[in-house]
Amino acid sequence: MKHLLSVGDLGGRAGIEELLDRSESFLEVTRRDIPKVPALRGKTVVTLFYEDSTRTRISFETAARRLSADTMNFSVSTSSVRKGESLLDTVRTIESMGIDAIVVRHGSAGAPHRIAQETDASVVNAGDGRHEHPTQALLDAFTLRRHRGPSLDGFRVAIVGDIRHSRVARSGARVWAELGCEVTLVGPPTLLPESLEGWPAVATHDLDAVLEQTDLVYLLRIQNERISEALFPSTREYRSRWGLTEARAARLKPDTLVMHPGPMNRGVEIADEVADSARSLVTEQVANGVAVRMAVLYAILGSGGPVV
Amino acid sequence: MARDAVPGEPAGLRTEGDAAPSEGRVFAFRAGVFDDANLRRALTRIAHEIVERNQGADDVVLVGLYTRGVVLARRLSTAIQAFEGVEVPVGTLDASFFRDDIGLRAVRPLGPTEVPTDVTGKVVVLVDDVLYTGRTARAALDALVDIGRPRSVQLAVLVDRGHRELPIRADYVGKNLPTKTVEDVRVRLGEIDGGVDAVEIWGPADAPEGGQ
Repeated sequence: MKHLLSVGDLGGRAGIEELLDRSESFLEVTRRDIPKVPALRGKTVVTLFYEDSTRTRISFETAARRLSADTMNFSVSTSSVRKGESLLDTVRTIESMGIDAIVVRHGSAGAPHRIAQETDASVVNAGDGRHEHPTQALLDAFTLRRHRGPSLDGFRVAIVGDIRHSRVARSGARVWAELGCEVTLVGPPTLLPESLEGWPAVATHDLDAVLEQTDLVYLLRIQNERISEALFPSTREYRSRWGLTEARAARLKPDTLVMHPGPMNRGVEIADEVADSARSLVTEQVANGVAVRMAVLYAILGSGGPVV
Repeated sequence: MARDAVPGEPAGLRTEGDAAPSEGRVFAFRAGVFDDANLRRALTRIAHEIVERNQGADDVVLVGLYTRGVVLARRLSTAIQAFEGVEVPVGTLDASFFRDDIGLRAVRPLGPTEVPTDVTGKVVVLVDDVLYTGRTARAALDALVDIGRPRSVQLAVLVDRGHRELPIRADYVGKNLPTKTVEDVRVRLGEIDGGVDAVEIWGPADAPEGGQ
């Protein structure tokens, strides 16, 4: 695997499962007294983030350092991008410093693909516009597999919230479906995709109708700017119909799990009591993110050939 | 004992550590080294040697290198328990991330590193199936440094096939086995590979025996 631009680069179900299996070894490394191995010594990984994201950037940088790679952080607010340098000029500048991988987040769908065409370095998509966020999908699947796996065949996943603007939902649905899950998209009509073409999922507006049959409730962050776009009337209205309140959580099966990619809007899409309950895997998702990103960086930079 | 030539890599019949030369070639059986009875006797002898050399087994920790070294370490522990009455702790070690050939070939992680006891001040016996170039043992020594500071580290192997590339030697050897670099030493252990234990030499089907 030279680049990880979309879920499609992972080699289907077999490739995804192999990567998730291997992430176990990296999780074990992160739990050692000395949580660092020399596997990628001498490699340099740059994080190039055109959108704010503390947790994803830190997660990638931690993953790279746990593998003994050097990391550089190119953040837009402090860089010459502010002075109007183009995306590709920026990439060429970084590349000329001799780096091995670029981890990119960008507001435009397809920006990582464009960069990959222009550079010899490997490119990892850390979120591009409304398009994809493959490592988030992988760490979510890894987290669920540790609780219910290894086989997730027939597992029912409900992704709830702003599906239309969500790269997490798009990558997530693809990975869940590859692993044999039945995916249902739930949200107000204004926040569901206009068409389900390309989505391996069914859609509904009625959260209450699917609650009791669901094995995993995957909540997406509701962004307040969507209110100004008049896509839903108020957070109170959203909560009353699509929020995972305590009352709704009480109707879930006892072993149904809850995930959220963070950062959470407590009291909107998820109630405090649910976020902190035993069925919530939110903090585990963050911890597992480092291990899965180690597996991705290792597959890209340490393989010596096609691995995934 | 003629056998049919088979494609390069029958499942579970080779060691993951030092690269074996079999990729992409058709290999044929050449010679049996151990059958299950020989293998059991060799392990029993090594178990006795470990206890003799360390004047007991109280401070010994057996650490198996993935994949087959883990099985051998468990068997050695069982053997020592049987004649010495001491339960010797068994750990597992994956040296993959410490190898010096990452990026040159596909080095895959093999399993979780788990050492159930503090090794500082103890005698760690690393256990592997085949000692070849010594690069796996070198990587394992580096991995061990991050786990603790043993009083001493010893190496036990089922087969020493020669061709060392580093100044590494084994303290306990089941059998010294002169081989050619083009050959492959294949270890089969019931717990992992199924069937009856065996150690065999395989070589390229297209090269004459004793050739090269």
